[in-house]
Amino acid sequence: MASNNIKLLIKYARFFILILLFSGFSLLSPHFLTFPNQVNILAQAALLSMVSYGMTLAIVTGGIDLSMGSVLALSSCIAASFLKSGNIIDGILIGLIIGLLCGSINGLSITKIGLSPFIATYGMDWVARGLAYVYMGGTQIYGFSAVFRFLGSGQFLGVPALIYEMAIMTIVLVFITYKTIYGRNIYATGSNKTATRLSGVNTDKIIISIYSINGLLSAIVGLLYISRLNAAEAVIGTDFTLNSIAATLIGGTPFSGGEGGVAQTFIGAVIMTLLTNGMNILGISSYWQNAVVGFVILFSLFIEKTGKVFNRNRLEMVPKSK
Amino acid sequence: MSIKNDIILRLENITKEFPGVLALDRVSLEVKQGEVHVLLGENGAGKSTLMKILCGVYKKDGGKIFIDNKEVTINGVKDAEKLGIGIIHQEFNLLPFRDIAQNIFLGKEPRKNIKLVDVIDRSVMYKKCRELLDSLEININEYALVKDLGVAQKQMVEIAKALSSEVKILIMDEPTATLTKNEIDKLFNIIKQLKAKGVSIIYISHRLEEIKMIGDRVTVLRDGKYIGTVEVCDTSTDELVKMMVGRKIENLYNRTYNKIGKEALRVEGLTLDKRIRDVSFKIHEGEIVGFYGLVGAGRTEVAKTVFGEYKPDKGSIFVFGRKLSKLTPTEAVKNKIGLLPEDRKEEGLTIKMSVKQNIVQASLKKVFPSGILKEDLELEISKKYIKELNIATPDAHKIVKNLSGGNQQKVVLAKWLLTESDIIIFDEPTRGIDVGAKAEIYEIMDELAKKGRAIMMISSDIKEIMGLTDRIYVMYQGKIIAEFDHQNYNQEEIISFAIGKGEKHG
Repeated sequence: MASNNIKLLIKYARFFILILLFSGFSLLSPHFLTFPNQVNILAQAALLSMVSYGMTLAIVTGGIDLSMGSVLALSSCIAASFLKSGNIIDGILIGLIIGLLCGSINGLSITKIGLSPFIATYGMDWVARGLAYVYMGGTQIYGFSAVFRFLGSGQFLGVPALIYEMAIMTIVLVFITYKTIYGRNIYATGSNKTATRLSGVNTDKIIISIYSINGLLSAIVGLLYISRLNAAEAVIGTDFTLNSIAATLIGGTPFSGGEGGVAQTFIGAVIMTLLTNGMNILGISSYWQNAVVGFVILFSLFIEKTGKVFNRNRLEMVPKSK
Repeated sequence: MSIKNDIILRLENITKEFPGVLALDRVSLEVKQGEVHVLLGENGAGKSTLMKILCGVYKKDGGKIFIDNKEVTINGVKDAEKLGIGIIHQEFNLLPFRDIAQNIFLGKEPRKNIKLVDVIDRSVMYKKCRELLDSLEININEYALVKDLGVAQKQMVEIAKALSSEVKILIMDEPTATLTKNEIDKLFNIIKQLKAKGVSIIYISHRLEEIKMIGDRVTVLRDGKYIGTVEVCDTSTDELVKMMVGRKIENLYNRTYNKIGKEALRVEGLTLDKRIRDVSFKIHEGEIVGFYGLVGAGRTEVAKTVFGEYKPDKGSIFVFGRKLSKLTPTEAVKNKIGLLPEDRKEEGLTIKMSVKQNIVQASLKKVFPSGILKEDLELEISKKYIKELNIATPDAHKIVKNLSGGNQQKVVLAKWLLTESDIIIFDEPTRGIDVGAKAEIYEIMDELAKKGRAIMMISSDIKEIMGLTDRIYVMYQGKIIAEFDHQNYNQEEIISFAIGKGEKHG
């Protein structure tokens, strides 16, 4: 019985952290538990969670995508110049295509050339960021049309558009990853690529598509981000890559691949945002905030490990072949 | 001398409980000085747990351990070492980028003082290492790096390492699992030398024929219980099997030879750099065709090339007379070819995933009709195969990693039964599997052949391959150099071809 309780505790540890943070901040500050602030937290979590979903997919397949922040910057900067000239559809399409292109190049260099995901996407990170600087030449593009601005900063029924967008994205990705053949193959590939290939799955295709989706996600978030900021410049999005890794880890998707998922990462992204928001309200300095985020990452990995050790001790309970 | 009969080690009523399971239930064991004492039992019988208690890896919950008739307490690996207990693990604990001497003396390097500073005495270390290797007649340079050694040589180093301190009792956990025939002979020679020096050996193995060759006495465990101890020379293999599985396995190889049907698989002129040279063969419906040869003869490469995992330089593959234009695993599965790979855990299973997920992995369309998962269907299908193949798992959601080797193999098999493959390639299907599960797998293979499936079977176990197949192709250095029909099977002849000295008589 006791062991079952521990197991449950580990399984739902993230919810406990979430509840703990939530009640803690509510007690400490009267401003925390207000409707505007709660809406604000979710809206802040929206962009981070969407990038983190891409990161999570890469990590589930046993890889990582270090280029997301820069691809976000490159695609949104190029898109911005088209948006500025007036045609919203062209601008959005160009942005998405650039993201898709960068992502597919990542996927191809990992599968066809055989680079490790770390190296391939790290290289792309430099290339995309560099090209963004070249393209912008140190300038800023700002002042987009009201229609485009609605995507990132508009409201519908008193709720920010970003929250709807995040909700749709979450539902779609959760459905794809848990309910479709493609989703099953993502997990299988991450769990054991060779065995999955030897079951007749074209694992190269899976990996290329995952990084292409990541490129696309980066571009989408990029567009929403510049819509929210009402400006685009080459330096945007630098924090996204590392923050999305943090949200993935806090959510409970391990680096070893084949486990975890988008739904967990949603929790991770909310915890991250909640922490920052709550500490801001309490007036805690940003230096301390960094340290606290780091502590939370380590703590969730600690839970992960404890869970593993716990399972290992149960290994001997294997039934005997009769 | 009476030394031969002195009891050096006595385990009394050892009990060990893991959450929810009694792994060892009052197990006793007596080992005499200078004997090879075989510990026999199916996977999960408690052999490894017992040995881990003896080595100080696990703590016992009850019972006593006596060495030289004195009760001892073993609380850790160091304690066991001090008492003269050494172990050679199935997986090696060697540092790949260190040389042999450094590995053997790791943590107990000879020391000397230079100006009050304690340093490793390298000259003494390498000299002692050479002496040790010579005394075991191991012919490897003490300066060679471990990463450059073969499996057998690594094992020799492990043995030397275990013997570098004063070892009275040496535990060997399935030492021959990855060795070839020649290497096994060499290992047995070393065991005989150790015996002569009065070292007692506890030998864990599944391979019954080895027990006859090397063992003095056998203790059998089953389901964590002590079943009995017998003298090897007075006991037949059948009796041992009976003790081990608790029932009699009538005939391990029960093959009904069917009328063979149409040609299912034809391979012509297959060449893969130097690993496969101009290999051609045919397999018909209802036929089990064996591929025998030494490790490295190219059998696994042939299997994987047929399955599309390796790209051949030359050659064609025909399935039911139709030439395959594209060779990839995806195409192979589409053409109803299945592969049970040699390395189950690395290539056959996604071990972090559940039993049901593994079973359906090669036929996802069946449980994702119209692209969306039908969980009931997935569960229902996997339950059917769990029952049909007698897979020992509490439920279909269990992670495959936690199953025993035999049950894991059955999961891989279920995967290919679900695809309704016409051609199934079994690469070393029974390696590391206990005899009960083996018998079940043989039965299924026979059953499949009866249903008209074409089966390619790679095995290094000559008895198994002769007992089950219609025909055998013998491979040597990437070529098929002989073919036998089951009416003309002759063990010596087949082996002599496999080691490259064959000449067909008659």
